[in-house]
Amino acid sequence: MFPRPIQQSSRQAQILYQVALPIALVVWLLPLLGVAVTSLRPSSDLAAGNYFGLPSAIAFDNYAAVFRNSPIASYILNSFKVTIPTVIGAVALSCMTGFALAVYKFRGNVLIFFLFVAGNFVPFQILMVPVRDLTLQMGLYDTTLGLALFHIAFQTGFCTLFMRNFIRALPYELIEAARVEGVSEIRIFWYVVLPLMRPAIAALSVLIFTFIWNDYFWATVLTTGAATQPVTAGLYSLNGQWVAAWHLVSAGSIIAAMPPVLMFFLMQKHFIAGLTLGAVK
Amino acid sequence: MIYKLLGGTALAVAVLMSSGSAMAEKRKLVFNTDTSDPAPKAAMEELITLFEAENPDVDVVVNMFDHEGYKTAIRNFLTADAPDVANWYAGNRMAPFVKAGQFTDVSDVWAENGLADKLSSSLASMTIDGKQWGVPYTYYQWGIYYNKDVYKQVGVDVPKTWDEFIANCAKFKAAGIDCVTTGSKALWPIAGIFDYLNLRTNGYDFHMQLTAGEVPWTDDRVKATFTEWEKLVGPGYMTANHAAIDWQDAAALLVQGKAANYVMGNFAVAVFKDGGMTNDSLGFMVFPEISAGIPRAEEAPTDTIHIPAGAKNVADAKKFLAFVARADVQTALNKTLGQLPVNKESAVDADDPFLTAGFETVSSAAGLAQFFDRDAPAEMAKAGMEGFQEFTIKPDRRDAILERLEKMRQRIYK
Amino acid sequence: MQAFFKTHQRRLAPWLFLAPGAAFFLFYVIAPIFESMALSFYDWDGLGEATWVGIGNYIELLDDDAFYISLKNNLLWLVLYMLAIPFGLAIAIFLNQTVWGIRAYKSLFFFPFVISQVVVGLMFSWFYAPNFGLLYTLIEAVTGKGVAILADEDYVTYGIIAAGLWPQIAYVMILYLTGLNNVAPDQIEAARLDGAKGWKMLWYVILPQLRPATFIAVVVTVIGALRSFDLVSIMTDGGPYGSSRVLSFYMYEQALSEYGFRMGYGAAIAVVLFAIMMVFITGFIWKMWRDEKDH
Repeated sequence: MFPRPIQQSSRQAQILYQVALPIALVVWLLPLLGVAVTSLRPSSDLAAGNYFGLPSAIAFDNYAAVFRNSPIASYILNSFKVTIPTVIGAVALSCMTGFALAVYKFRGNVLIFFLFVAGNFVPFQILMVPVRDLTLQMGLYDTTLGLALFHIAFQTGFCTLFMRNFIRALPYELIEAARVEGVSEIRIFWYVVLPLMRPAIAALSVLIFTFIWNDYFWATVLTTGAATQPVTAGLYSLNGQWVAAWHLVSAGSIIAAMPPVLMFFLMQKHFIAGLTLGAVK
Repeated sequence: MIYKLLGGTALAVAVLMSSGSAMAEKRKLVFNTDTSDPAPKAAMEELITLFEAENPDVDVVVNMFDHEGYKTAIRNFLTADAPDVANWYAGNRMAPFVKAGQFTDVSDVWAENGLADKLSSSLASMTIDGKQWGVPYTYYQWGIYYNKDVYKQVGVDVPKTWDEFIANCAKFKAAGIDCVTTGSKALWPIAGIFDYLNLRTNGYDFHMQLTAGEVPWTDDRVKATFTEWEKLVGPGYMTANHAAIDWQDAAALLVQGKAANYVMGNFAVAVFKDGGMTNDSLGFMVFPEISAGIPRAEEAPTDTIHIPAGAKNVADAKKFLAFVARADVQTALNKTLGQLPVNKESAVDADDPFLTAGFETVSSAAGLAQFFDRDAPAEMAKAGMEGFQEFTIKPDRRDAILERLEKMRQRIYK
Repeated sequence: MQAFFKTHQRRLAPWLFLAPGAAFFLFYVIAPIFESMALSFYDWDGLGEATWVGIGNYIELLDDDAFYISLKNNLLWLVLYMLAIPFGLAIAIFLNQTVWGIRAYKSLFFFPFVISQVVVGLMFSWFYAPNFGLLYTLIEAVTGKGVAILADEDYVTYGIIAAGLWPQIAYVMILYLTGLNNVAPDQIEAARLDGAKGWKMLWYVILPQLRPATFIAVVVTVIGALRSFDLVSIMTDGGPYGSSRVLSFYMYEQALSEYGFRMGYGAAIAVVLFAIMMVFITGFIWKMWRDEKDH
């Protein structure tokens, strides 16, 4: 293990480490803590210049006010309407593409694979104008469906890379054995490989959920109003309305961050497994 | 009476045009609007109820857009899915749509209703190539809003001339108060200061030539405007860090007495009053005179209603435009909006000192500018406002900024 | 027909499995790249007809101050973003212990990465806000005069990059934590017996074993740096007077913002950004291809 386990060090060093941990954490999360405290501060505190002291009261009402006075509920609903279909679509498509690229040897295999990988790294801006035009022409501009369709396509690049590498690591003998018994390729995919992909599907779902929930760029390019905008873009326009009302901005930010945070803490193992795929050999 | 008659004729025409097929069925009028903020929303709803009451055979379908999102949305729906009427802004802001053939020529509505006279203050800003392309329904004045208590505290009078204004600034500065505040994070508030300085230094015609790209930015007269501005910037009479704050943050400074004057539009009054100011502590003055003898022009950004080229129900749309231009309708509409009617036969709320002062100021002005980002084409507006912001932070870069703007001008107004 | 499929299924199956995903990807990702490239030779406001201007947009770029500012800032982003790698490694090493509650610490340190950049941007805007922001007050307390980071052309880009580094460091940290978990213990012990410790150990024994993690960390950091749109848009909108623009933001500004709608010019900026990214993409792919061959 590197570094040397702290248990092997002197007692002072151990105590120092135990003290340093929480301090480091507080420093690290300072901006977050500040916003969390601000979100619970009554607006009277802010008006009186009490920005850093203890809040004079805990104002959960800020959260209620955010829901009452802004379309944030609708923004959050839209975020789900974009995120969930994208997760399902991108994972489904990439199970198939990943399977095709991992299991079969055919001409162009590597080329197609690298095309997916490269596309995944492309700057969004080079896609912006054409994708916006496409979406307009299909009559899907300013709809959650239009946004979800693009996300599915774009995320397929990353998901394919992920799935293909995952399937590659599965024991190939299983597939060989099934073939010998005359099982059709489609049934091999469905009954042999897919059940083994469960952990990859879980990891990818959590990851894509977070990516899409947090997307801001495409939300601003493809949607405009409260009826369709996801919460990231919504938060931007609310920020414009709530100038100087930092207690509301903070509460809104925390609400917007909640779903992916919950997802992360509940599915931590899958999340990190997905993120660090390839970080070890 | 005349209106009723005209309305009747239009109705008859519309019925004839719809070939009598669907007498029982209501005709749809699709209205896309960006009036999503509370007061404008209420005003629009009221307007539509009135219109539907007078035209029971028309059903107005409203598509409400987010105020900011609308600016990009309009470009899409005009081509993809055009409504029958849509709102927008006067001046250069409507030029791209007019030039791309996206708006319908409504000169006939103006002629039939005598609007050239009734809406005379907006005639110029609604006219491109000698035709009118929409109908204005509201505007608001700009000017200087000031904190009366601070004026008392420092012991100065409301200035009549720019020299007096600057002299006051020295006293405010000595008292630790920002003489002029603004919040230019979103850029546009800074343009209000430039517009007034230029209007007062060089006059309305020059200002319009400059925004129309007919005068080089390196012209000595432009430099003269900046020299006046330097009197504010040089001694530090403007709020520091104004580039980091929004206009509402700056409004708070005025409310708290940390700033004395604010060059703003009348919509800010609601924010000042929310912050606790009253008619006793909030004052309004016309921007003081700089070059003596120049006819006084004002800023009055105008909101308008247009008929897209792709409109399906043009007959009712024109009827709607004529309706919106009417004096009584504009009186009611602007009462809810808290703004000024464009129709000169309309009335304003006599109890609101800011509206009365604004109505007087605007209707007696020698010329009305629409605001820098509506008078100048979009790109020039952006570059210009960035230049103004930069100047107020780094005044020594004046010549470099003006040269950059001149380069932009030569490219943009080709 | 069925018989045909049965006999050739191993040749046909991959194409059938690929078809839906590939079609989507081609339609929404690959084709638009070429459309943008074509568009960069036109002048188009999104309303009327597009007019062919040849390389006019690119010539204009060469003489555009805002373009050079964006390019310079992009470079700053690239260089400074790389700090995420040593910082991430340092935190990973700091946290790679087995004491009570360490798992909770690890996830809390990772936490910023899960939050949307919009929220991160708002948090840091609050942190930097003049007159009451935490940092502003701190600086004021120390030097007597606060600095409005986001309103100062000299600091603004650094301020935004710092906000971006926060989640990026968390990401790199988690990569290294996983990597450290998998470092071969026997090699460490062997090195320890040879008397290696501290920096020497890290440099000669640990880092070589962390190479896969480092590779991914570099890839995601480069991409993160070049995609730096969200924070600029949220925190400054490119200001003050355009001094915090980056290419991705400038492109959006030119093509779609209230004062823009120069689709062709925007496309030309996007092509430049794409070309820069292509240098890196080619490098990544080349490395992946080499690894692939070794397998």
